Amino acid sequence: MNAYIAKLVAQRIALGLLLIFLVSIMIFLGTQILPGDVAQAILGQTATPESLANLREELGLNASATERYFSWLTGILHGDLGTSLSNGRDIASAISERLGNTLFLASWAALISVPLAIILGLVSVLYRGRWPDKVISAATLSAISVPEFMMSYILMYYVAVQLGWAPSVAMLNDRMSLLEKLHAISLPIAVLVMVVLAHMMRMTRAALLNVMQSAYIETAELKGIRRSAVIWRHAFPNSIAPIVNVVMLNMAYLVVGVVVVEVVFVYPGMGQYLVDHVSKRDVPVVQACGLIFAAVYIFLNMVADIVSILANPRLRHPK
Amino acid sequence: MRRIPIPALIGLVITGLFLFSAIAAPLIAPYGVSEVVGDVWEPASSTFLLGTDNIGRDLLSRLIWGGQTTILVASAATVVSFVTGSIAGLFAAVIGGWVDQLLSRFVDLVMAIPTLIFALVVLSVMPVTIPVLIIVMGLLDSTRVFRLSRAVASDIAVMDYVEAAELRGEGRAWTIFREILPNALSPLVAEAGMRFIFMVLFVSTLSFLGLGVQPPGADWGGIVKENKDGIVYGIPAALLPAVAIAALAISVNLVADWVLDRTSSLKGGRNG
Repeated sequence: MNAYIAKLVAQRIALGLLLIFLVSIMIFLGTQILPGDVAQAILGQTATPESLANLREELGLNASATERYFSWLTGILHGDLGTSLSNGRDIASAISERLGNTLFLASWAALISVPLAIILGLVSVLYRGRWPDKVISAATLSAISVPEFMMSYILMYYVAVQLGWAPSVAMLNDRMSLLEKLHAISLPIAVLVMVVLAHMMRMTRAALLNVMQSAYIETAELKGIRRSAVIWRHAFPNSIAPIVNVVMLNMAYLVVGVVVVEVVFVYPGMGQYLVDHVSKRDVPVVQACGLIFAAVYIFLNMVADIVSILANPRLRHPK
Repeated sequence: MRRIPIPALIGLVITGLFLFSAIAAPLIAPYGVSEVVGDVWEPASSTFLLGTDNIGRDLLSRLIWGGQTTILVASAATVVSFVTGSIAGLFAAVIGGWVDQLLSRFVDLVMAIPTLIFALVVLSVMPVTIPVLIIVMGLLDSTRVFRLSRAVASDIAVMDYVEAAELRGEGRAWTIFREILPNALSPLVAEAGMRFIFMVLFVSTLSFLGLGVQPPGADWGGIVKENKDGIVYGIPAALLPAVAIAALAISVNLVADWVLDRTSSLKGGRNG
């Protein structure tokens, strides 16, 4: 029976790896075979034929697409992401520090938003239909309709500029202590928390309400247990699987939301690096960043699926 | 026809106002789109109702013209997304078999890459013009429409009247466009509202990142980008287009909710 679960998990991991492989092909195709020539796109319409030929040579564009793809892929598997076109630096070393910064930002946002979302979800189920539920629902609904950059600037305008509580630009350096770093990134964290909180909280609430209709909840209520205990002891453990699933999906979303937030707060992370190099038409950097973002996204989605396999008692104890 | 509920009415009025100002932009905008008429970041006054922007253009006029661009690009991308997504979805559901498998797995693959990241990758090699933007956004988003229309259509495809049409000897195109499409329309129309909002947010985000509508053209995301430096000096010009985006998003949302509610109750449908 555990072999069955192991098989399901192994299948899901294999699928994830296959997806990452296929996505690397998509990203490669997306930048190499689309109408328009990379060399032309970099140099612009006014480029001379000689400079175009030189750049094509330098980029290895004269080799066939399959050859280029496989040399790119083997490079990545050996940790070599190529060199940037715009400044000739090694991409892997430029990315490693930025990736760390991005993960630092995203993981703090996750650490704050996940418990908060679950607590708010529990509270709104506990007070279902009464004012705390309604206030939470209205607030989360309006948070969904607002783009990330708008939320960022509203916070920046009121909290950083008017009140002066937090810096408006999230600069990090090595001499800062953890607390100083957290203060520096407090606004970006707040924005990211708000972006994912609403969705997570609504799904937590929905998952709990779904379980609350079960017969065993009615039994527990008829035994005379307090409502908060019913929710905490009986409903919550049974809705962990859907909640964890939603949490992981939102973590995946966080990885993307980070792009915009980093640009707003001039935070030295992967997102800002990607956006900068898209406008410079620096294709190797864009490919590398795109692949990393997609891989993290696929990985988190995979973890979500695996958790729901592991958390399903019917799969753990088949008849 | 029943009375329109108040939230939907508010949504309709505000959406209508936005559409009107987009269409009538040349008539109602006080100044031209890139006309420098005043000082940098002048406060609101009777000549400049909302003040001026980072190089002294009238902000209200910029917002009206920008709304035109944003709404145009978002609507066109929604149309692209719907035409591609729903036709492919209907065909996949009706034909089934390997066509369905191929299309569905391809859509799964595209959806495995975050939309914004994929758009950035593609826009790094494509010339960033408005038609390219519309097509890229529309095609990336059509994956969502594909999933919805395929799911809706595979429910309808097993209905008796579809079988009757097939037994009558109607062709596949007839079955899809005359039998299935009309019955799948109401969930698709409600979804269109949501996709439109998503497109408004998407094009605004791209322009804000400098990869959407290029200057001298104006759109809401671009206006935020131009005026963002003012925030640090306490000038709220960058917040105004953001307010416009949110107001449009919320009001379209209200209308879409009402349409969904109305169509599902008319059919006595699954959603009650």
